[in-house]
Amino acid sequence: MSESELEIVVDDPTAPEENSPAVTSNRTVEVVVSLLLLALALTLGYDNWRTGMGWDPSGPEAGYFPFYLAVILAAASLYGLIAALVSRAAASETFVTRAQLRRVMAVFVPTLLFCLVTQFLGLYVASFLLIAGFMWFVGRIALWKSLLTAFVFTALMFVTFDIAFDVIMPKGPLEAAFGY
Amino acid sequence: MEAFGLLLHGFAVLLTWKILALMMVGLVLGIFVGVLPGLGGPNGVAILLPLTFTMDPTSAIVMLSCIYWGALFGGAITSILFNIPGEAWSVATTFDGYPMAQQGRAAEALTAAFTSSFIGSLVAVLLITFLAPVISSFALKFGPPEFFAVYLLTFCSFVGLGREDKHKTVISMALGLLLAGVGMDTVSGQLRMTFGSADLLRGINFLVAVIGLFGISEILLTMEERLALRGHAASISLRVVLSVWKDLPKYWATLLRSSVIGCWLGITPGGAIAASFMGYNLAKRFSKDPDSFGKGRIEGVFAPETAAHASGTAALLPMLALGIPGSGTAAILLGGLMVWGLNPGPLLFVEHKDFVWGLIASMYLGNVVGLVLVLSTVPIFAAILRVPFAAVAPMIVVSCAIGAYAIQNAMFDIWLMLVFGVVGYVFKKIGIPLAPFTLALVLGSRAEDAFRLSMIGSGGDLRVFWSNALVGSITTLAFVLLFWTVISRVFEVIGRLVRPNEAARTQS
Repeated sequence: MSESELEIVVDDPTAPEENSPAVTSNRTVEVVVSLLLLALALTLGYDNWRTGMGWDPSGPEAGYFPFYLAVILAAASLYGLIAALVSRAAASETFVTRAQLRRVMAVFVPTLLFCLVTQFLGLYVASFLLIAGFMWFVGRIALWKSLLTAFVFTALMFVTFDIAFDVIMPKGPLEAAFGY
Repeated sequence: MEAFGLLLHGFAVLLTWKILALMMVGLVLGIFVGVLPGLGGPNGVAILLPLTFTMDPTSAIVMLSCIYWGALFGGAITSILFNIPGEAWSVATTFDGYPMAQQGRAAEALTAAFTSSFIGSLVAVLLITFLAPVISSFALKFGPPEFFAVYLLTFCSFVGLGREDKHKTVISMALGLLLAGVGMDTVSGQLRMTFGSADLLRGINFLVAVIGLFGISEILLTMEERLALRGHAASISLRVVLSVWKDLPKYWATLLRSSVIGCWLGITPGGAIAASFMGYNLAKRFSKDPDSFGKGRIEGVFAPETAAHASGTAALLPMLALGIPGSGTAAILLGGLMVWGLNPGPLLFVEHKDFVWGLIASMYLGNVVGLVLVLSTVPIFAAILRVPFAAVAPMIVVSCAIGAYAIQNAMFDIWLMLVFGVVGYVFKKIGIPLAPFTLALVLGSRAEDAFRLSMIGSGGDLRVFWSNALVGSITTLAFVLLFWTVISRVFEVIGRLVRPNEAARTQS
């Protein structure tokens, strides 16, 4: 195969390095997740026990079915906890490297901010800010391209959902100023 | 032959300009979703579901199922041209598809992939056409105990037959069933697990969870990887298509074998991923020169693609006939049915004939239109990959948020989606499967209702699940599948104990 045959080439300038150090192992994460699930199972189990997990004249009470599920979930996560502590394989597997975590956070944090902004300024303003900001900061794409793409996409969404399909999205002061 | 008449009626329902246009839109969106990294069939359908809320059910399901077909077609494009499987079920397609592209036979490989996809789905649709009405009319006799036994069978087979650690499947399933119970209890009207929160009163919406689990988490996962890619551009000429089609009869055995595997694994919760690998491996084993596989053999493209598509399509059979989805995407379509006020299950064939046969007819039509569409537009779709991920990722996030919000008009759901995104990311990384969770969440309240109704009927006697031959055999089968690994190990041990004696006897 010759190089000239390759016709589509896309580069990734901010790709995570291969040799980045591990942040945590799979074992640590499995232990934490098992503990969280166990806590959840106990909380839900208690709540269902309080609701009533027995029988009344009309049949099983409201908490009956979910109570036993909580028991199953608790048992399975306890097993998972022990299995993770015992397992050697999970201890050596990397959950995420530092470079990977940085990239994941580069999406997660903007998404979190997007949800916050949506709550206060409405979805369309938030979506314009997210797309433009993400393309410019993270993707290192020219500012005018980022702004234009964000504007076109947001406008397209507004026309499709709010106008054409009548699916109403949360809105803030900006839309109110335009009378929507 | 009754099915045939109803099917013709289904075609009559479909053949309007509006529906055909929606079909094209669905297919294009689906291929788009299949080609893009970080999006797949289930996410695509979940995100685009809100678009259909204001449509009538038939148009909505036609568009959604076309998105699904499109995604199935789209996965093959990136596997062959870029060696990047767009979907997990097209991993096996890369084994021989990419070497073919390297040898300059990309057009041939793509034609083979699309054609075999088409054949696989066609076989599965034929199966649905003739089997689904039979099963559903049989299931009309089911009472609550039988239905609960069928749900139990579905859940148990996930645990027993899944490749993941058993306890992880159980965790995923129990969590799904528990979360399905949050909110108001449908029987007694009591509040459960809401902890005084007004937002939890509505319950945890299935589609919101799916959008978070598959959409947001997939973006996080995709960002971890190196996103640079290099691949081949290809256009398909009519000459290549015809020459591949001319050779098709030579491969009838591979195509048939893969179709059967796919249909079987689609109906049982084995799924398209398992089907594609099994199709590939069996084609290799039955081949006269297995060593030529992996070096660009066309059969290596035919086998996994046929199986994956047969399976993806056959997964809709249990959904239509029994109301039990055979795959994650089928579960989401099922969630859609409920949003449009249709009650999935055997009654669907009686109460909503137009809808069901319209859907089945759309499977035929969608696949034909899809085949023509992908064959003619491959270069355009391959070029989509030129769009940087930094532009695609935020757009997917916004679409997810719109989808999550639109379901119940609740800001709380956007936050819930974010939480499920993180949960999905962590679960995928530590090997807790998401499909059982999805299935449990969508079936949870129905399974609970069936259980409680049977308990009320029997006065709390669990023997009701063995009260007649039908329910008894389903329940027993469920337990056999649940403990399948234990049972098969016992048989192995017995076999080992018996065989040495035999060997000793034959030697002496």
